[in-house]
Amino acid sequence: MRFLREFRNPQAAEVLVRRIRKVADSLGEISLMEVCGTHTMSIYRYGIRHLLPPNIRILSGPGCPVCVTPNAFLDRAIALARLPGVTIATFGDMMRVPGSTSSLEREQARGCDIRVVYSPIDAFRIAAQEQHRRLVFLGVGFETTAPALAATLLEASRDEVKNFSILSAAKLIPPAMQALLKDGPLRLSGFLCPGHVSTIIGSRPYESLVNEHGIPCVIAGFEPLDILYGILMLLEQVSEHRAEVEIAYRRAVRPEGNPKAKRVLKEVFIERDAQWRGIGVIEGSGLALLSTLEAHDAFLIEVEVEPTREVPGCICGLVLSGQRTPFECDLFARECTPETPQGACMVSAEGTCAAAYRYGRIEEER
Amino acid sequence: MCLAVPMKVTSIDNDHATCIIGDVERKVRLSLLSEVHVGEYVIVHAGYAIQILDEEEARETLQLFADFQGDIGEMG
Amino acid sequence: MRYDTILLEHGSGGLASRRLVEELLVPYLKNPVLERLDDHAEIELEGTRLAFTTDSFVVDPIFFPGGDIGKLAVNGTVNDLAMGGAKPLFLSVGLILEEGLPVVDLKRIMHSMAEATKKAKVHIVTGDTKVVAHGAADKIFINTAGIGLIPKGVALSGHRGEVGDRVLISGPIGEHGIAVMAQRSDLDFVSSCKSDTAPLADLVAQMLHAYQGIHSLRDPTRGGLAATLNELAEQSGVRIEVEESAIPITESVESACELLGLDPLHLANEGVLVALVPAEGANLVLDAMLNHPLGQKAQIIGEVYSKKLPVVILRTQIGGKRVLAVPTGVQLPRIC
Repeated sequence: MRFLREFRNPQAAEVLVRRIRKVADSLGEISLMEVCGTHTMSIYRYGIRHLLPPNIRILSGPGCPVCVTPNAFLDRAIALARLPGVTIATFGDMMRVPGSTSSLEREQARGCDIRVVYSPIDAFRIAAQEQHRRLVFLGVGFETTAPALAATLLEASRDEVKNFSILSAAKLIPPAMQALLKDGPLRLSGFLCPGHVSTIIGSRPYESLVNEHGIPCVIAGFEPLDILYGILMLLEQVSEHRAEVEIAYRRAVRPEGNPKAKRVLKEVFIERDAQWRGIGVIEGSGLALLSTLEAHDAFLIEVEVEPTREVPGCICGLVLSGQRTPFECDLFARECTPETPQGACMVSAEGTCAAAYRYGRIEEER
Repeated sequence: MCLAVPMKVTSIDNDHATCIIGDVERKVRLSLLSEVHVGEYVIVHAGYAIQILDEEEARETLQLFADFQGDIGEMG
Repeated sequence: MRYDTILLEHGSGGLASRRLVEELLVPYLKNPVLERLDDHAEIELEGTRLAFTTDSFVVDPIFFPGGDIGKLAVNGTVNDLAMGGAKPLFLSVGLILEEGLPVVDLKRIMHSMAEATKKAKVHIVTGDTKVVAHGAADKIFINTAGIGLIPKGVALSGHRGEVGDRVLISGPIGEHGIAVMAQRSDLDFVSSCKSDTAPLADLVAQMLHAYQGIHSLRDPTRGGLAATLNELAEQSGVRIEVEESAIPITESVESACELLGLDPLHLANEGVLVALVPAEGANLVLDAMLNHPLGQKAQIIGEVYSKKLPVVILRTQIGGKRVLAVPTGVQLPRIC
């Protein structure tokens, strides 16, 4: 597995940790935030927090698209699933997310046609093969996934596969990062920026964070060495009183990003305000289908959706914006567990709370 | 939301490619990239190649880590 | 019970499955033998110790690289008996057939079961067949029950783990899980993985011959190594620590997991066993495994550390530490 194994080398990890400790030694309390569910997952999976010096805290931000998908979207997906003749295709991540009263997993148990796919292309193939079914693909994801959704939709449109549609919940990360700094009482020393989102958008979108807020930004990959290197670069910026956008993940991220992917996005999506579960509305942070593609927009399918309900006591919003840790939530590990998730943070394996529950209890013991 | 893996391109037919990681093969779309060649490594997310992996940069990054290792003596 | 209907998760071998058994099923059927919740029951009849077990097989697809539902049904029950140290002897088989199942498929499965019983040196001595209407079952469901003889001096149970025991595994993880998943057309990936389904009784006999004082044996089927290690930790009331880099895994399984975002520690295995062995016997048992065709990739992967809070800790391949949790949910490909 080339270009994976080499970035998991334990000797190199040890060296990076030692350098981190050296730089961290002269710094006070430092809070860094990562805004990507895959970063959350990787940090927990490799036990990275355990290796960092105690004055360096890594906060998890709203970087899990599953976690920030509002109840209303799930409720609509479930309502569509219940319509006769509708097939829902989705990434596996969405299956256990609780809506107001049910989940896709439960609806599948009740007999709704819900299929898990790895790629929107697989969903498109199902639509082409089963023309008598109305195929609705749940378009959840950030800028890493949105181009794939867009490209698939363009193919469906070109090939006139009329029964293929997307229910878009695609979101943009930089506006969310801005929103975190605007309102919250966060004192962040740096952002660990999402490597694959940046593969698409490049490094420029983070410059306003540096220029307006003076927050160091390092774009990091997901292997343990990538994460450790990203953390090291952030600490070096802090130590040297710099605030820049730097690319640590140079093998996959170019400053200009992926121009073709960005063009494909513009052919399909338009930016609009979007609701982030637990946080609220963030201006210009969502992607909706252009009206030219309304034949494939599942939001235009007539369906009655139940009124949205939120869970009392759930502080997912505060956890997602890094203001509270899972351990500070009253429901955590009691009513709210990976088995019985009350909020989005617990559902996705990368959700901050799920990751903390599964992997983080060792930290409590320290 | 960033789960993507480096895969080697083994065959190309317009926008359709076959890619491999370890010994797992999967059909991958190249519609988000302008020019890809057989033998190159691409980053694959949800069935789409989203970038060509820059092998030179990869080597340089690994070399940097190796250089750090050499600095250990100096760190004291 | 936190749900009002049964979900697929209740069958996946993780936390929900455990809760279903512990909170709903066992309370009705209470008795000391059942409550030990090992994979087999130990019964004493006039001085003879028998192991008795049952297992049902509902795998889809019914044919996959490396085997089929019939082979699985024989080996699965043989292995549950073997985990009790028993010599498997006799099996029963109950077939539930869906109307419309091609006879040629049934013949293929029967042939496969016959081969498997020969290899495992057991006999199917009684059986039953039912047919249900189309849609009421998925092609074929098989239940097998088995009995075996437990030799004197052998006392294997999930409850016997002690501080200092070493954790051993007989082979690479995840082969069966990936082999079956690769057959799902909606995931559309090609893998060379074959199911590792195999009868383990002979391997167990060799291990016990090398060192009779083995404490526990368990085969990590549904829920994978993560579920099994947690079961052992809970049953014995111990903290177990394992070294990620010591866990054998093939590149085929590893790369499929990377592509789909699966955790190999949660994947099903059908020809692998985990053992808790006192330190003094660990190398003897390991040698016996390495000298057996089904144990050639065996490894010592960890140790029982303390009798405090039951938990499984994983030392990661880069030297970090994390909790290895009981799996929840069904293993599904993800993008996040």
